[in-house]
Amino acid sequence: MKLTLTLNGVRRTDEVAADTTLFSYLRDRGCLSVKCGCETSNCGLCTVWLEGKPVLSCSVPALRAQGKSVTTLEGLQEEAAQFGAYLADEGAEQCGYCSPGFVMNVLSMVRELDNPTDEEIKEYLAGNLCRCTGYQGQLRAIRRYLQEKGGAK
Amino acid sequence: MKTKYVSTGVRKKDAMSLVTGKPVYTGDMVPPNALRLKLLRSPHARAYIRSIDTSKAKLVPGVVCVLTWEDAPQSRFTTAGQTWPEPSPYDRLILDRQLRCCGDPVAIVAAETEQAAQQALKLIQVDYEVQTPLLDFTQAKDNPILVHPEDNFRALCDVGTDAKRNLVSTDCCEVGDVDEELKRCDVVLERTYNTLANSQAMMETFCTFTYLDEYGRLTVVSSTQVPFHARRILSNALEIPKGQIRVVKPRIGGGFGAKQSVVSELFPALVTKVTGRAAYICYTRQESMTNGSPRHQMQMRVRIGADRDGTIRAIDLHALSNAGAYGDHGPTTVGLVGHKSLALYGSLIASRFTSDVVYTNTMGGGAYRGYGATQGIYAVESAVNELAAQLGMDPTVIREKNMVRQGQTMPNYYGEPCNSCTLDQCMAAAKEHMDWDNKFPRRVLPNGHIRAVGVAMAMQGSGISAVDTASVEIRLNDGGFYTLLVGCTDMGTGCDTILAQMAADCLDCDIADISVRGVDTDQSPYDTGSYASSTTYVTGGAVVKTCAQLREKILAEGARLLGVSPEEAEFDGDKVFVPGTDRCITRKELGWASFEGHSRTLSASQSHSSPISPPPFMVGMAEIDLDPETGTVEVVDYVAEVDCGTVINTNLARVQTEGGIVQGIGMALYENVQYNAAGKLLNDSFLQYKIPTRLEAGTIRVAFHPSYEPTGPFGAKSIGELVINTPAPAITEAIRNATGLSFHSLPIRAEDIAMALEKQNHD
Ligand code: FES
Ligand code: FES
Repeated sequence: MKLTLTLNGVRRTDEVAADTTLFSYLRDRGCLSVKCGCETSNCGLCTVWLEGKPVLSCSVPALRAQGKSVTTLEGLQEEAAQFGAYLADEGAEQCGYCSPGFVMNVLSMVRELDNPTDEEIKEYLAGNLCRCTGYQGQLRAIRRYLQEKGGAK
Repeated sequence: MKTKYVSTGVRKKDAMSLVTGKPVYTGDMVPPNALRLKLLRSPHARAYIRSIDTSKAKLVPGVVCVLTWEDAPQSRFTTAGQTWPEPSPYDRLILDRQLRCCGDPVAIVAAETEQAAQQALKLIQVDYEVQTPLLDFTQAKDNPILVHPEDNFRALCDVGTDAKRNLVSTDCCEVGDVDEELKRCDVVLERTYNTLANSQAMMETFCTFTYLDEYGRLTVVSSTQVPFHARRILSNALEIPKGQIRVVKPRIGGGFGAKQSVVSELFPALVTKVTGRAAYICYTRQESMTNGSPRHQMQMRVRIGADRDGTIRAIDLHALSNAGAYGDHGPTTVGLVGHKSLALYGSLIASRFTSDVVYTNTMGGGAYRGYGATQGIYAVESAVNELAAQLGMDPTVIREKNMVRQGQTMPNYYGEPCNSCTLDQCMAAAKEHMDWDNKFPRRVLPNGHIRAVGVAMAMQGSGISAVDTASVEIRLNDGGFYTLLVGCTDMGTGCDTILAQMAADCLDCDIADISVRGVDTDQSPYDTGSYASSTTYVTGGAVVKTCAQLREKILAEGARLLGVSPEEAEFDGDKVFVPGTDRCITRKELGWASFEGHSRTLSASQSHSSPISPPPFMVGMAEIDLDPETGTVEVVDYVAEVDCGTVINTNLARVQTEGGIVQGIGMALYENVQYNAAGKLLNDSFLQYKIPTRLEAGTIRVAFHPSYEPTGPFGAKSIGELVINTPAPAITEAIRNATGLSFHSLPIRAEDIAMALEKQNHD
């Protein structure tokens, strides 16, 4: 079937099978930041944006993106580097395998929530698993990022 | 020593590519024409393959080959990544006719697409002779069901292996006379503790691709912690010379010991050997859970004896370890149960550690962070907590009285010296930071929840004494930058950066001037790999030595070019100069000069091994919030006080600690491993195997109390494994302090607590 969408700002049309997941579609199109950590929609590694809202690409048929916009970390490099620098300065990216999905969700959170509390941050990101860091450094990085971003406003 | 980079929180060299999602992992680099592999796995815990019919499967368009036991080499090997001769028995084949656990591989399908491979799997017809499995590891020794009846089973080391008794290994070591000493004690407490086969659950599953390179050699690109061991294991298993194999490790998406075994490498390698084509396998999460290399399930019996004043005089510890279907890491993990728990108590007059490791038809075990120490420390520290309660003592006080101290020798830790230890300071700081004296043991909140605290100590090692070997090479290049070639594997732990920090300080240069490269077995100097908490200590030792040698060479060459003797010149990191004159040659110029017209390129390489494995130490304290209605436990606060010697990278050490503690919380409260009656694992996804999310992680407060380890680089010891060891016993104790209930099995789930409280109320 034909799928027309806007991928990271570029409109394109591809032939895809009905059972292709958005995850496989994106990996096959070179969006290699998108990772898979499970088969049960539990890990959040595959998070991308559909129409600007985070979705688990492993659980979304590619055809659901028909006529819509999809954003992966490849399309948010500048912002990823800005927030990522805070993670890096905490040493809070360990293996980094959870980073793309996590960063996608953080960048969505900062658009959605104004001045979130720690509890709200944890709730928002609860679906993003990380086995390495124990989450503390990620929270420190988010707080600093929000603080300095807020300060810049 | 004044340092510019050591003991700071330098950003990891690869940080920005990781946080921006660059394609740096194995799965991101797969050649486009690689065959996709799927494994047909055994539905039975124990079965014999009477016959396999692959003819229909081979007809699926796109299928290139279907391999079965008839196509695989027949010499046995171990997949444990250990120095040769491996203590783990040679009990495996790539594909075996006898199946020993659910999920054992039956056939490999290689196809042009994943869909084709998947479709072909369903068309393979297998006639299984289903046999009764041996599932209960407490019944395994001398059971009539033999897990490894085969004739070509072999043990390379004398670890008491006896396949005819289902014994992977057996061991006994005693210091003093334990039975006599226990008789002299006022109080003797005996308890049995149980732990499960926890999954490392690293976010990147096992994955590997293989191809033949331009020289016709087998190249294996894999997410592995042990590239050099993998090369040897591949050579054994595939029956091809080591010289024909090259192993490359890209970035790793987490390992925690899982990837200290060769798990996914052999299947694509066999396909490439047979077909000549590139091949790729990526385990599903389910496969990683059911046929990975989890922690060994154990049952530990502790007898602990003390005087009424709390002096601990003797501990008798027995561990029964379930290797599952294969003996990988079986004999060695169990050793740490005793050696890295008993040595916490310097007061012991006598101690004994005995162990049996047995085969069953459950999933084969492997290496998981802590490597047996985690289980042993859980048992011993829990027993000490129960002993303190029985004596009416504060559990911190009994430890202050008995803990190992700097300057002692540790008879039950291979007789090694305790050169560096601030465990006493860790305990004092933990009490202060937790406000222990006010919080111990419990208080009830207005909402009926109970707040309670618990404590535990821990230790680990730093590399394997006199076994682990690391070499590095450092080259001075044109323009004056250095390349640091390492054979240890950065798996997110940051060792590439940590070693560069050390090198930059040793060479007095900017850390940006050090380019690090690891690991490619064709190009990297030999290293046993990243396990046993060895990289900072052992490979770091090699870096320090190599830098010293390189400095000498730079000085000699600089002096030669300046026309003076090395004794007359000095090297300050930027230039070689003659003091008191303006004669000098810069590092840049030296780099250029050494590349031009003479045979003196400036490079150095040194190897390092340590006769001892200095333990890092820590104290962990948990504060929990327990809801007596539901049994739900939340770890609200965790205090971690760590002595890892000199902290090389303050950020990375802290995040290691936080991560290890959250894994420990998972082990204590959530991560369950259950089998059905036929031996099939039930907790084989993140739906059923619950690792902590950020909602369960609580607040973790980490502080360092660096001792100085005289044998370590810059005084450093290790940190990676140590930090997983305290949560299980500390949380178990906090639950006991909250409820009065002593739990002796992990995990302690909310329903276990709720039901036990219910029963307590009825009694
Ligand atoms: S891959 Fe785990 S949630 Fe999508
Ligand atoms: S950094 Fe490894 S899983 Fe998050």
